[in-house]
Amino acid sequence: MSELRELYQEYVLDHGKRPRNFRAIEGATHRGEGYNPLCGDRITLQLLVEGDVIRDIAFSGAGCAISTASASTMTETLMGKTLAEARATFGAFLSMVKGEAEPDYDALDKLAVFAGVAEFPMRVKCATLAWHTLNAAIEGAEAVTTE
Amino acid sequence: MRREDFPALEQTVQGEPLVYLDSAATALKPRAVIDAVTGVYARDCANIHRAVHTLSQRATQAFEATREKARAFLGAESTDEIVFTSGTTESINLVAQAWARPRLGPGDRVLISGLEHHSNIVPWQIVCAQTGAELVVVPITDEGEVPLEQVEARLDERVRLVAMNHVSNALGTVQDAAEIARLAHAAGAKVLFDGAQAAPHLPLDVRALDADFYAFSAHKLYGPTGVGVLYGKRALLAECEPYQSGGDMIRSVTFEKTTYASLPAYLEAGTPNIAGVIGLGAAIDYVEGIGRATLHAREQDLLRYGTEALSSIEGLRLIGTAKRKVGVLSFVMDAAHPHDIGTIVDAKGVAIRTGHHCAQPVMERFGIPATARASLGMYNTPEDLDALVRALHEVRRMFA
Repeated sequence: MSELRELYQEYVLDHGKRPRNFRAIEGATHRGEGYNPLCGDRITLQLLVEGDVIRDIAFSGAGCAISTASASTMTETLMGKTLAEARATFGAFLSMVKGEAEPDYDALDKLAVFAGVAEFPMRVKCATLAWHTLNAAIEGAEAVTTE
Repeated sequence: MRREDFPALEQTVQGEPLVYLDSAATALKPRAVIDAVTGVYARDCANIHRAVHTLSQRATQAFEATREKARAFLGAESTDEIVFTSGTTESINLVAQAWARPRLGPGDRVLISGLEHHSNIVPWQIVCAQTGAELVVVPITDEGEVPLEQVEARLDERVRLVAMNHVSNALGTVQDAAEIARLAHAAGAKVLFDGAQAAPHLPLDVRALDADFYAFSAHKLYGPTGVGVLYGKRALLAECEPYQSGGDMIRSVTFEKTTYASLPAYLEAGTPNIAGVIGLGAAIDYVEGIGRATLHAREQDLLRYGTEALSSIEGLRLIGTAKRKVGVLSFVMDAAHPHDIGTIVDAKGVAIRTGHHCAQPVMERFGIPATARASLGMYNTPEDLDALVRALHEVRRMFA
């Protein structure tokens, strides 16, 4: 049960229910579509990038608490960051939720709340859907699926 | 049936006794099945239909004895009509490629329903693309039923095959297979039933149903994974082109000409899943030892109990409320996404399935991405459903 509490912290439940930056962006420069065919989660991610800086980032879609909270926190974390910082954070987040490395709490900041996902291998795809979608959006790829 | 017969139930999960409510995905295996499978590898480890030595004879006899058990289980006329496959999926693909493909062409139709598992959709999409035939789908109702008049309305001389499940995996709906077969035959079409979810729950009689093809999997019937059965009327199986080719399906081979074996070997190329088939035989013995009518009656009581118990949970909606159902309780909750439900009840030791159940068109029909699904096996008790209900109340508390 403690692992479950670790996964579903108040913060995650809150962002799952009331996601931040849950909207569309007028004149977005980047857009990504993500889909998790296992659970039907769908996300549309939009960014407004000026030069190398993410001026705005927002998402819409439907998913479980983990994927929604993860997307919400991602947008908060990356607002105002550079694309290079976003890529680095993506890498750190991935290795944290896959349990590959001891989380770098300084770099991850609020995202560290998802460290508990590593204990739930079946839920890693939920937590990473928004991030894979981000990666596709900034690398200019087509829709991604986390299979 | 004793719960002690199922060794998997002896474990705890997350510190709680396992409550297994995912038998529609795969059923737990009784000790008799596990012993039959390990016995093949431990003692009768030989290839079949080949050598004259003792081990090969034992393995061959046990393998062919299962064919007779499967014949009796389905009420088929002859063991020649029982083809072993790797599962329902392969059984359907076999019919699609070996029987339907050479017969279909532009202007022909294959009729399925909106209730199908992907394995009874995609093989027909593929064969239609290959042949120019058209795939036609009978829509389902809000209750998750396929109305017979909607089936009938789409049946005409263009329909060559009707392929439908006997029981829906996603919703548990039991279809009126005999009537569907009658309607199909009246229009001159053949009929295939995906019986993967019917075989563990209903007494079956392919002759009474007048099914042309009937497919099921061992692993949902308390048997091993990787084994299935295709029943086909003898004349139809004989019409099939070779499905896979190689050893065991030939009579003689020269570089100039090959002649094929007779049924059912003709459709069973290569060394089959010998231990798995023998395990299926043990599973059929186990199920028949209790009796499918007994199992069905007991499960219907449990289904009623579970339907009432789940319906009493605020914010829970059952998806699939057909008049005739097997023990499948598919649901969504206002409070939480199915995926979150699955993880939280698992922490209470309760195993349910969450997702689209390989039936995305069904989910789309109900406008939901996924459901949580509790499905019953012969070992389940009212206490198991009570444990689920307690766990679902925990979900509500957590997401309140």
